[in-house]
Amino acid sequence: MNSLQGTTMSQPTARTKLEVKNLNFYYGQYHALRNVSLQIRENRVTAFIGPSGCGKSTLLRTFNRMFELYPGQRAEGQILLDGEDLLTSKQDISLIRAQVGMVFQKPTPFPMSIYDNIAFGVRLFEKLNTVDMDERVEWALTKAALWNEVKDKLHQNGNSLSGGQQQRLCIARGIAIKPQVLLLDEPCSALDPISTAKVEELIAELKADYTVVIVTHNMQQAARCSDYTAYMYLGELIEYGETDQIFVKPRKQATEDYITGRFG
Amino acid sequence: MSTISMSNPVYRRRRLVNRIMLTLSGAAVAFGLFWLFWIILTLLVKGAGSFSLALFTASTPPPGLPGGLLNAIVGSVLMSLVGVLIGTPVGVLAGTYLAEYGSRGWLAPATRFLNDVLLSAPSIVIGLFVYTMYVAQVGHYSGWAGAVALSIIVIPVVVRTTDNMLMLVPNSLREAAVALGCPKWKMISLVCYRAAMSGIITGVLLAVARIAGETAPLMFTALSNQFLSFDMNQPLANLPMVIFQYAASPFQDWQTLAWAGAALITLLVLGINILARSLFRK
Repeated sequence: MNSLQGTTMSQPTARTKLEVKNLNFYYGQYHALRNVSLQIRENRVTAFIGPSGCGKSTLLRTFNRMFELYPGQRAEGQILLDGEDLLTSKQDISLIRAQVGMVFQKPTPFPMSIYDNIAFGVRLFEKLNTVDMDERVEWALTKAALWNEVKDKLHQNGNSLSGGQQQRLCIARGIAIKPQVLLLDEPCSALDPISTAKVEELIAELKADYTVVIVTHNMQQAARCSDYTAYMYLGELIEYGETDQIFVKPRKQATEDYITGRFG
Repeated sequence: MSTISMSNPVYRRRRLVNRIMLTLSGAAVAFGLFWLFWIILTLLVKGAGSFSLALFTASTPPPGLPGGLLNAIVGSVLMSLVGVLIGTPVGVLAGTYLAEYGSRGWLAPATRFLNDVLLSAPSIVIGLFVYTMYVAQVGHYSGWAGAVALSIIVIPVVVRTTDNMLMLVPNSLREAAVALGCPKWKMISLVCYRAAMSGIITGVLLAVARIAGETAPLMFTALSNQFLSFDMNQPLANLPMVIFQYAASPFQDWQTLAWAGAALITLLVLGINILARSLFRK
């Protein structure tokens, strides 16, 4: 993990994958995000940290317009994915969500076999023959460090796995459709330390191919596996920068208070 | 001495109240079960005693001759089947609308309310409705009319269970499907239905159990038929009507047949209920 951070610093600044400009978000009357602007770099891990209710999950859920499932929630401003505004895009919303994958706090395996859990998303956009599909399922499960544990029981129900395995299954499901951006909403909060370590290792590997954004309550986790960190408080982006800088010498007093635990 | 001991008055009072309430609820359960078992026992003694092959191979006889309930069984099965085949798709689709698309606007709450009214509507009203709208228009009683009346009883039951079962599917599962780029209709048909499947099937089975014994809606629609018939355009025999007619008749052998029919329906409904419960528990 440490060697990984070492390499981060020597890397040149990556290009911007996702740019948020003056984003405001409302749950009905409640103003949950206030003028948030930030740039998320391609092939890097960006972490959102902050106390509960600060808007970090809300921000994440605007990136794939998940909030649109619920009446009364709305976003104003711009979110540019490779320069194109996601919020006003004429593009089909399903296509946007296929490019911006998401893994949730609690594991959400579908009520079907492990194999079908992975194949489900792939079948939405690709018509693969059996051999190619088998290959894709194995590839995704291998990427998610789950293949060795499930290769003999691919046709068992996804719910039969342990919590940590279910979460890695969900990650495998997310990467099987090869999105460009992967959003992780507190992916380890329901997991034991061993499963957490596996998922963190996985995140480090995933950034070679994907742009990863992770929301976490766990500051050590943000420090361990992210390249950039955003600290949010009460719906505002307080500070955003390279993880090393945020954790070693934050520019704002509020950030320092939170990171050192003097907060509240 | 510690206050937490057997002699603590608060604790002793609580134990006493607990014992009294437990006795009362036990007595209430025993009271309810007593009648249920009495009914089943009576039916089995009086009805199942006359179960024979002829019951399933011969049609209802004139008084004094041997016979069975074949025509009534066939009619009941036919009409229940058609009733469920009409009612299930309508009910499942309407329930899906309520649960998955009805979060905005007034239409879904209004529909849900009216559906509950229909759910508790007296079945004789449904029978009269179909009589006025269908039987009186075509000028004769028919199996189709009976099936339509039964389907109107099936629909609200299936709407309600489908709605409730889909509501039980956690939103996190919907979000997970949508996050993969899954359009809403596929999310519902591939993920939500699968998660709610056993509940929806249970609802359909309970609806079957409900219509298997309905008499009032058939009285004004299918009427009855002394002979074996598969023609849905003609009056059709059915178990509830045969029981109704034969039980009130002065003939001993007709009364025996009515008991047999009653036992048959009760066992069928009991079986369906057990099947539904065990399915839902899975």
